[in-house]
Amino acid sequence: MAEGVRARVKVPSSASAGESVVIKTLISHPMESGQRKDSEGNIIPRSIIHRFVCDFNGQNVIDVNMQPAISTNPYFEFEAKIPESGEMKFTWYDDDGSVYEESKSVSVG
Amino acid sequence: MKTTSLKTMICTAAMLTLGAGAAAGQTDEKLVINGETEIITEAPAPAHLEGALDTIYSGWEFRSPTTRAVQMDDFDNPGMIFVDKARQVWNTVDGTEGKSCASCHDDPADSMKGVRAVYPKWNEDAQEVRTLEMQINDCRTDRMGAEAWGYTDTGMTSMVALISLQSRGMPVDVAIDGPAQSTWEKGKELYYTRTGQLELSCANCHEDHYGDMIRADHLSQGQINGFPVYRLKNAKLNAVHSRFKGCVRDTRAETYKPGSPEFVALELYVASRGNGLDVEAPSVRN
Amino acid sequence: MELTRRGAIALGAGVAATLALPIRAMASVDEAIAEFTGGAEIGEGGLELITPEIAENGNTVPIEVSAPGATAITVLATGNPTPKVVTFNFGPLAGAQRASTRIRLAGTQDVMAVAKMSDGSFVSTSNNVKVTIGGCGG
Repeated sequence: MAEGVRARVKVPSSASAGESVVIKTLISHPMESGQRKDSEGNIIPRSIIHRFVCDFNGQNVIDVNMQPAISTNPYFEFEAKIPESGEMKFTWYDDDGSVYEESKSVSVG
Repeated sequence: MKTTSLKTMICTAAMLTLGAGAAAGQTDEKLVINGETEIITEAPAPAHLEGALDTIYSGWEFRSPTTRAVQMDDFDNPGMIFVDKARQVWNTVDGTEGKSCASCHDDPADSMKGVRAVYPKWNEDAQEVRTLEMQINDCRTDRMGAEAWGYTDTGMTSMVALISLQSRGMPVDVAIDGPAQSTWEKGKELYYTRTGQLELSCANCHEDHYGDMIRADHLSQGQINGFPVYRLKNAKLNAVHSRFKGCVRDTRAETYKPGSPEFVALELYVASRGNGLDVEAPSVRN
Repeated sequence: MELTRRGAIALGAGVAATLALPIRAMASVDEAIAEFTGGAEIGEGGLELITPEIAENGNTVPIEVSAPGATAITVLATGNPTPKVVTFNFGPLAGAQRASTRIRLAGTQDVMAVAKMSDGSFVSTSNNVKVTIGGCGG
């Protein structure tokens, strides 16, 4: 696990049924590209978050395949449809096998 | 021809617009964070700059629209993730005394409000001018019995950002007289002294040529009201002294060390050149 | 700079390498596109790609893609050592087929987006982004 990984997500706490809401996510991660060299000239091995998924009540909102060209501290903004009250789940998958999770509840009514 | 005259009109209009808004490089846009916190990015120069500058500008004014926009929303600003981390550290006990920052200072929103705006500041007990970093390490070693942090370590810079954030929107107001005066004078001397193989002083770029292009970049006034700053270039929070080091190195000189008396004096002097601009930390720059 | 024979050879090799690079890069761009489209024909329209005209730093360039009715959008940086950047797959609860992120660009180049529409067709668009070189690198 990359050190001190921390995620932030911005989700409105309430919505009207069927409303489309804007979601923002940011996670601290070096996203080592595998293109850089250390001071001795050795390639620093690639170590990135390669996939990000957002689901709501088990149904998929967005599934993102990420390459090393995504900037350090990956940021995403997208929209989600909220059919009913429930839980928005965010999952990031690291090259090293680590999985980072975050969730927020959204109420409709 | 019609098209030509139209083109001429547009060109003339563009030139007039340029002429109306001060020198090239600065924007007329206003910095409002989260749609609510208005930040002063342009102010009359403090009295001690008479003859040198009439107006002072935050570095934000010199950046491109996309870079400026990142700072206008705390969620878009990646510097805030380091503030989040520091907030966790603030409440975490460290050292032999069993204390955290919060043990003495409670909520930083109350205890640290206005602190950044007056730092670097004279410390009567220590009989020296202290930066926020020095004060934090003094707390860690003397009160918490914890190890001192490296002067520009990410943990340190993040803590400085958390403390600085509590003064966001308050004008910088460092004292330059009284016991701090000799340090300030020393900083001023450093600011105007040419260094390195390129024989450049801070003033050569940031006073004489702000707003001009340096390769494909606009030179700013080198104001530090936005520090710590999240730079797109290295994707992390950067401390004032790291930036000083980078600048001095680029004049091809041996640089002073972060935390050295020279850089502390320079920080006090450069901060005083921004007296009147609002604290912006954590700001976003290229 | 004094131009020595060795210098001239090195310079020549450098120029050759620079010229060879776009061809190699283009090949991998084609491969990346084919991987996404399966070789299908690519049309135009209905896909918007928003990029800054000038990026102050290539390390962090904000981009946005939007294609109403798309099932997936992929983004390619045609001038990067590896052109693939990101692929957004939109699920049943996507509120819009729109997403933004921040990407790394190795230099001035065309950024390209390809969208797969719900009827299985593909559209693409591209923008040139100028990446500036900072003042003195401090």
